[in-house]
Order: sequence, then C-alpha cells, then structure tokens
Amino acid sequence: MVAPKTLLDKIWEAHEVVSQGAGKPSLLYIDLHLVHEVTSPQAFDGLRAAGRRVRRPDLTFATMDHNIPTDVPSVIRDPIARKQVEVLAKNCAEFGVHLAGIESPDQGIVHVIGPELGLTQPGKTIVCGDSHTSTHGAFGALAFGIGTSEVEHVLATQCLWQQKPKVLKLELVGRRPAGVTAKDVILGVIARHGVGFGTGHVIEVSGEVVSAMSMEERMTVCNMAIEAGARAGLVAPDETTFAYLRGRPFVPQGEAFDRAVAVWRTLRADEGAVYDKTITFDVSGLEPQVTWGTNPGMCVGVKGAVPDPAQAASETERRAMERALEYMGLAPGTRIEEIPVQHVFIGSCTNARIEDLRQAAAVAKGRKVAPGVRALVVPGSKRVKQQAEAEGLDRVFKEAGFEWREPGCSMCLGMNPDIVPAGERCASTSNRNFEGRQGRGARTHLVSPAMAAAAAIAGHFVDVREWLGELEAAATGGR
Amino acid sequence: MEPFVTLTGVAAPLDRVNVDTDQIIPKQFLKRVERTGFGQFLFYDWRFLPDGKENPEFVLNDPRYRGASILVAGPNFGCGSSREHAAWSLLDYGFRVIIAPSFADIFYNNCFKNGILLVTLPDDAVRSLMDAAARGVAVTVDLERQVVETAEGASWGFEIDPFRRRCLLEGLDDIGLTLQHEDAIAAYEAKRKDNPLAVFAAR
Repeated sequence: MVAPKTLLDKIWEAHEVVSQGAGKPSLLYIDLHLVHEVTSPQAFDGLRAAGRRVRRPDLTFATMDHNIPTDVPSVIRDPIARKQVEVLAKNCAEFGVHLAGIESPDQGIVHVIGPELGLTQPGKTIVCGDSHTSTHGAFGALAFGIGTSEVEHVLATQCLWQQKPKVLKLELVGRRPAGVTAKDVILGVIARHGVGFGTGHVIEVSGEVVSAMSMEERMTVCNMAIEAGARAGLVAPDETTFAYLRGRPFVPQGEAFDRAVAVWRTLRADEGAVYDKTITFDVSGLEPQVTWGTNPGMCVGVKGAVPDPAQAASETERRAMERALEYMGLAPGTRIEEIPVQHVFIGSCTNARIEDLRQAAAVAKGRKVAPGVRALVVPGSKRVKQQAEAEGLDRVFKEAGFEWREPGCSMCLGMNPDIVPAGERCASTSNRNFEGRQGRGARTHLVSPAMAAAAAIAGHFVDVREWLGELEAAATGGR
Repeated sequence: MEPFVTLTGVAAPLDRVNVDTDQIIPKQFLKRVERTGFGQFLFYDWRFLPDGKENPEFVLNDPRYRGASILVAGPNFGCGSSREHAAWSLLDYGFRVIIAPSFADIFYNNCFKNGILLVTLPDDAVRSLMDAAARGVAVTVDLERQVVETAEGASWGFEIDPFRRRCLLEGLDDIGLTLQHEDAIAAYEAKRKDNPLAVFAAR
C-alpha cells in the first residue's frame, strides 16, 4: 500500500528530475519562472559571461514593478532605477523572454499578474526572485522566492536543486467575524506563533475558513506565509480555484480546461497524510489586526493597546520590543485607536487586487480623508485598475480625497518615488513593517484594506467593524 | 565562487533577533545592476547616521571589530526579502562566515551560492561566542572538520548538508554541475508531453 501523501509530496514527486534519496537535495523542474527588474540583471549577466542561453523562454515571463513610479510610470527620474528597467527590456529582447513592460496592458505587480493572466495554475512549480512568490501557493502551486544566483540557475537549466521542505499543516477553523479579513487572519496567526514558526516548512493551509475564502483572500494568506518564515504557502485547489481560472488568457481553453480540472482535482492531501507539525487556529474571536512594531508578528487587535516590554517572556524579547517601540515612537499602553496616521497606503502584492479595492472603496464611499492625511490607492496591475474604473471605484476614492495611482509596488518598499518621510506613520496594506522599509525612519502599521481606508478617514486607527452597518450593502465585505 | 575551507578571524557580535534583509541592505541600494560594490551599503541605516557620518553606537563601527570576517547574530537572521544583495553586501564587506541559532531559508541559499558559510549553533553557544568576541578572542571556523573554535579553547561542532559542504570546499559552479544532468533534464522534458500534468506547461 502506498503511504498517504501531502499535497507537497504530490507536486514534488511530479517535478523531480534527479532524486538522490531522502535527506539529499533533488533537482526540481520549474514550470513557470517570473522575472522582474530588481533581482534579474546580475543573472542575465552571468548567462552572458558563460555563453549560456535561456533554456525555456516559453516558461519565463517578465514584468516591471518595483521601480515604476505610480504617477507617470514612463518617467523614471532616478537614473539608476531607469537603467535597471532598461536593462530588463534589453535582456528580455536579447534572450527571447516575454516582457509585460510599462506600456503593456498586462503590466503589474508580478504576484498580481501571474494569477490574473492564468500563468499561475494548480500543481505548477513557480519561482521568482522575490520572497512573496509564496502568493501563488493559493492555487495549489508550489511557489517560492529565490535569490539572483538561483534565478540564473533556472534561466540556464529550468531546474533548481532543492532540499525537500518539511510540511506544516495550518488549520483555520471557526467562524470568521464580519469585518475580519484574510489579512487579519494571517496577521493573527503570525502574532500568535511568531515570525519564524514556518522556517524550513511549506505551510499547507486548510480548514473551513480557507475553503470559504475567495482566491484573492487565499492569496493574501499565502503571500504572508513568508512573513512566518515559510518557504511557501499551499492551498489545495477547489471549485473556487477552477472558477477563478476558467477563461484566463494562459489557461487551457474549452475542453482542454475541463481535462486540466480533472487532473487538478487530484491535487489534495490524502486522508491520513503525515505532517511534520500541525497548528490549529480558531478565527472566531479574532479582531481586525494592527501591527505596533517592526515585524509582522508584533501585532494586536484594534481594541488592544501597545504591549509593555516589561511583560515580555524573555530578556531577548524585551530588548527587541523596546527597540521596536523606540523606532515606532510609541509608549506601552497606548490604545491602538489613539494612534494617528499621516499616510495611508492601499496597495502591494498582499492587498491590491480588485476585491481589496472594493472593500476599501466601500469604507471610503461618501466620506472624506481626514485633513493632514495623504492616502494612496495603487492597483496591483493594469487589469485591476481597468476593472476598478469600470466599477467606478476610482471615482469613489477620488471623491473621498484618495490619490488614484498607476500599478506598481509603490510604497510597499520605497524603491520608487512613493516613500514615507522619517518619523511619520503609515497605515499600510503591505506585508512588512521592517525598519526603514517604506523610507528611512518611516513607521509602518500593517492593516487590512478596510482598516486602512477607515484610518485615512478618521486620521487614526478605528475599528472598522463599528462602521459595518453602512458597509453591509457592499457586495464583497468580510464574510 | 571562492572555496571555503577554514578561517580564523575577528568575530563581530550583532546581538539582535530577526535581522531582516531590509536592514542588511536597504532598498535604495538594490537598483544597481552589478554584483559588486555593495559592502559600503551593508547595514546602512544602522551603520550611518542620517547625516552620513558613522554611528559610533553600531557594533561594526567599534574599533575592536574593524576587519571582522565572522558575524555572530541572533535567531532568524536574514528574514524577509529574497534580495541576494544581502549576501553580496556581507561578502563585499568582508564576512565569510555568519553564526546564528537560525537563518531564514532564502537567505541561507543565497549565502551558499556566494561562498559564505552559515553555521547554525544552539543559543547558548552563540551567546558564548558573542561574549568571546567582545573579549577580542579570535574565532576559527573549520568547514573540513565542521567545528567552530575560540582561541580560548572552547569548541562546537556543527551540521551542514554534505552537498553544500562539498560545493563550498571546492568552490563549485552550481550551474555547471547541473548541466552534467542534461540527459535527465531532456528526458524529463520529453516525458512531460505524456504526463497528465503536462497541462501545466500550456502557455
């Protein structure tokens, strides 16, 4: 009898080109390699120096996102950033790689366009020189971030040597309260279990909560699996996945799609599969989350307060908390709802998809951004932008006083003109609140799109659940 | 890649947890298209004050640790972004070894691709090494014997994946090694056509 397999086992075994036995790395075939301007130039240089070609340009897809200004994308004033974008275009032309450049209707954040174009599919192995590649795991693909040397390796060989990760089963159970989003769920999990609990593991996310989630929500959860240190997040594909993918440009069409679905249905863990670790997380009592510190695990419910380092479990933790509070300019005991914000960023590969924008717009509708607050809405891709405009969301945001921008990574990481000045606070729907991430000295608070929009309007954090009566009319509010 | 066999040098204690790659190399330095010259930007926001002067409080600016080639740090070192620039900046600055209780996965891979040895040791060993470093005791890291030793005679063995060990000891080019498996890759690609999973390849 064959031992029951995890979802990871199934995808892994289907992609082993060379297996050296347990405990040794396998040579894994890569089905889709996504490329962007920041982590690829040195990889293409390496190919050139060794006289190598891109083995499978047909399995490689490039876009530009990190450096792109979101006001006028074609005008990159920073000469070094401009050069990096130009170098990508030149490399793609030279090596025959398809590029969705600034002018392309397909351009956008790499982890937004992969799924929306249907490049991301269940059972694929997907890599990109970007840690948030974990996002694509929402489709039941084994997707993980790699460094530039590995980018070069994949370009040259379409393979990677990988040690098989351990598997952690994360079961999301309970009843998700209204106003509590996928962002709050993953922040809540990381707050409870720490920023390192997934290290060395792939997290298979299961349970009734994830089954009920939309693809956008699953992507938010898998996106932040890396913030728990995990190699990847993984959700077994189901009817929600197939419905999302049907008709997308790069999926098989017609009958071929049905045949694909028949195969994709087999991509789930067998009954009795054995996991290296299991965590069950009950979402029933969860509040909307707000980070107070300098990593995503430093996080509390919106009704809570900034914790006191004196209560820390260890000396190391106490010092880390003190350091974080000093950077963030916060005193222990401060109620979260009393913290003012000067900037609001709705965007990033975590929360810039159509559903995220709908949720934020539902909060913004008929209201005004507070005086002194600068609020940006940056759609994740050209297609998301187009869809949002077709639904009139751009008008809702603009009438409320939000800036409506062009697609890109924007304020998530300050590699383009969108940065937060030192000492100022930003309610951000991105994924990292590290020191200096949004600009030197910038103070980042991670929240959901609805919470970010509410903070923009109030000028400080508020519990968006208290506004829910008016929001229930919105088609896709929190479940 | 430069081989790594053994190294004796000054160790610098960076007594912080969850040091992320945004700290190791801030984003404004990721726009360069070269692999070299990143050392000047290592730990930029910690090393330098907003006016560009060195921050005397930061460990690497302490005269005792100038020229350090071994970095000793807290757990979950290298978490966050996949930027290999983090490894390039550490190497270019002069670090060949990093010792910590744990490392983030992508950072771990990136370092080995660049000839930096990452040594995982238990918390108490890392603590002892930080104390020794503060006393100016030299540290030896021997990959052949898989051991870390101080000049005072303390020593700790460490585990490392044999494949990685060999690549480091011999300074092997990864891609060259993989291309020796060309037949297997070609066979896999041919077989993919008949594989029911080949629908994945449709593009």
